[in-house]
Amino acid sequence: MRMEQHPILQFQRGEKVTFTYNGQEVEGYTTETIAAALHAAGIRKLGTSPELHRPRGLFCAIGNCSSCFMTVNGEPNVRVCVTRVEAGMVVEEQHGRGKVLVDQSASTERREPV
Amino acid sequence: MIRDVEILVIGGGPAGLCAAQAAASLGAQVLICERDYLPGGQLVKQTHKFFGSERQYAGTRGFQIGQKLIADIAGNPRVELLTEATVLGIYEDGIVTVLYQQQHLKIRPQKIIISVGASEKFLAFPGNDLPGVYGAGAVQTLMNVAGVKPAQRVVMVGAGNIGLIVSYQLLQAGVDVACVVEAAPRIGGYLVHASKLRRAGVPILTGHTVKEAYGSDCLEGVTICRLDESWQQIPGTEQEIPCDTLCLAVGLAPLSQLCWQAGCKMAYIRELSGHVPLVSENLETTVPGIYAAGDTSGIEEASSAMVEGRLAGYAAAAALGYQPQEAEEQCRMARQELVELRSGPAGEKIRAGLAKMSKWREEQATC
Amino acid sequence: MLIQDGIPTREDLSRVLPPESRLAKGAVAIAECFQNIPCNPCSQACPKGAIQVAPDINATPQIDFDRCIGCGICVGQCPGLAIFVVDMTYSEDTALVQLPYEFLPVPQPGQIVQCLDRAGVVQGCYPVVKVSGGKKNQTWLVSVAVPRDLAMEIRNIRVGGEADA
Repeated sequence: MRMEQHPILQFQRGEKVTFTYNGQEVEGYTTETIAAALHAAGIRKLGTSPELHRPRGLFCAIGNCSSCFMTVNGEPNVRVCVTRVEAGMVVEEQHGRGKVLVDQSASTERREPV
Repeated sequence: MIRDVEILVIGGGPAGLCAAQAAASLGAQVLICERDYLPGGQLVKQTHKFFGSERQYAGTRGFQIGQKLIADIAGNPRVELLTEATVLGIYEDGIVTVLYQQQHLKIRPQKIIISVGASEKFLAFPGNDLPGVYGAGAVQTLMNVAGVKPAQRVVMVGAGNIGLIVSYQLLQAGVDVACVVEAAPRIGGYLVHASKLRRAGVPILTGHTVKEAYGSDCLEGVTICRLDESWQQIPGTEQEIPCDTLCLAVGLAPLSQLCWQAGCKMAYIRELSGHVPLVSENLETTVPGIYAAGDTSGIEEASSAMVEGRLAGYAAAAALGYQPQEAEEQCRMARQELVELRSGPAGEKIRAGLAKMSKWREEQATC
Repeated sequence: MLIQDGIPTREDLSRVLPPESRLAKGAVAIAECFQNIPCNPCSQACPKGAIQVAPDINATPQIDFDRCIGCGICVGQCPGLAIFVVDMTYSEDTALVQLPYEFLPVPQPGQIVQCLDRAGVVQGCYPVVKVSGGKKNQTWLVSVAVPRDLAMEIRNIRVGGEADA
């Protein structure tokens, strides 16, 4: 839930856009982070841990701890607590370590690393 | 292409912004690299009025101090600020690499001021990895930067200043704070913060800890219990508290990675809350030309971070030959301000930490 | 005890409360600030020079009750929200307690609000008489008229919970 009124602060929000979270449409503002937009929509579970598959949420919200890794537009291990919302972003829960598609300079083919 | 700069300030929080402003005021050219998209560090989420004296903007709310510091540098042609610019490394040949807008910048500064702040500490208990177990600072970021109500009902762990202040801010955001749990037998933060929380109806439970957090996909509640004099949990004193959020405000640790990497002589100083670079009275590390200011050189209040930033900024500018006499006078005044801020009982821990620091620093110089 | 639960004791309060003789003369500030922390905006704020923080900024404020006129400027400036103004001469059976307030909604004069003591316990519902400040630094100064025997107990208000009380 977003606060409209606050005793001390005034919130200036940017452009309202939509993006998807696990295929579901979510509203966000371009001035805020993906983590903030998901929280405003009541979404707190961002993925599962690599070994024990336990649910994962954010912890530090300032880019220190890597607890909030998600897959964004196909790119894994994005710290959504410091990545701002963009229109049409595809945000997905990350399960496990995530697969990086490396663009090998010697080849035009994309392949998964060993 | 390598870009030459006179002074590189790493981190645009209270210490970094003050360092840049101070150095530029004497004539130095400064580049600030801030990894976040907003400068101001943690100041931007502080809604309470600051303590201290007029020189540290006492009586002004933290976020407004942040706005002022940002406006000061924005109006200064000698200061350039890059946001979303993450410093990756400080190398032996003096080159600093920065990730900025998908580019790899190489910078060759004559002086470096490291003011990268701190990270929140964690606490071990079953269920501590559930979504809903957050650093107190994280909750502050969600509610005071994004304006998102971060929780319905919170249990706060830690009655230091951060725990007390964030609890109060949660109430201001319309969030129910079930209680503040503190393992120590005493409240660690300022008692005026504790009193305003208490008179709003929030119990502060000293001598208590979190035994367990539970929930399936997200946090649903916590079990707290009392501790005996030797900090052991007392069986039979457990209380279950339903809540959707548990905030950890159990201290900060200096972000020391860049100092380590740059080869600064480091020491673990408990009173300064972790590994810190050994610095001189003007905050120069053992690597000539590299300074450390703010929480990076020991966890303290933001008021002190601002003064430390100024001190390092003046010292670095002086070392480049900018108005050395004026700089020396400004450094002296900044050191005096720090002495005053740290002189009371609240500064006891810092004084003890700094005493170790100067002793080890001297030993380092003589060997 | 204050250091354990945040509630000042009678003994703590006895060190900062004005004498009866001064209370009988009208509004006066009370600084419920018991800890040596580096802070001095109250002394800077006082237009009468009645608040001393000496010899250095770690001292607790000392209010010269004879100089204090109970104007309340310090109430809005104290970063710890620890200063209150009490006027025991407000009416025959009520006293006025002015306290700092930083929540929403901001009450209106005439509104009945819950009045809480230092432990956060509701002691009754009483009318707001005056609301000032706020716009400049977001700290509102709210004056509530409370029974005289509660003047040294009421230190907070809650708006919107009157029905529960």
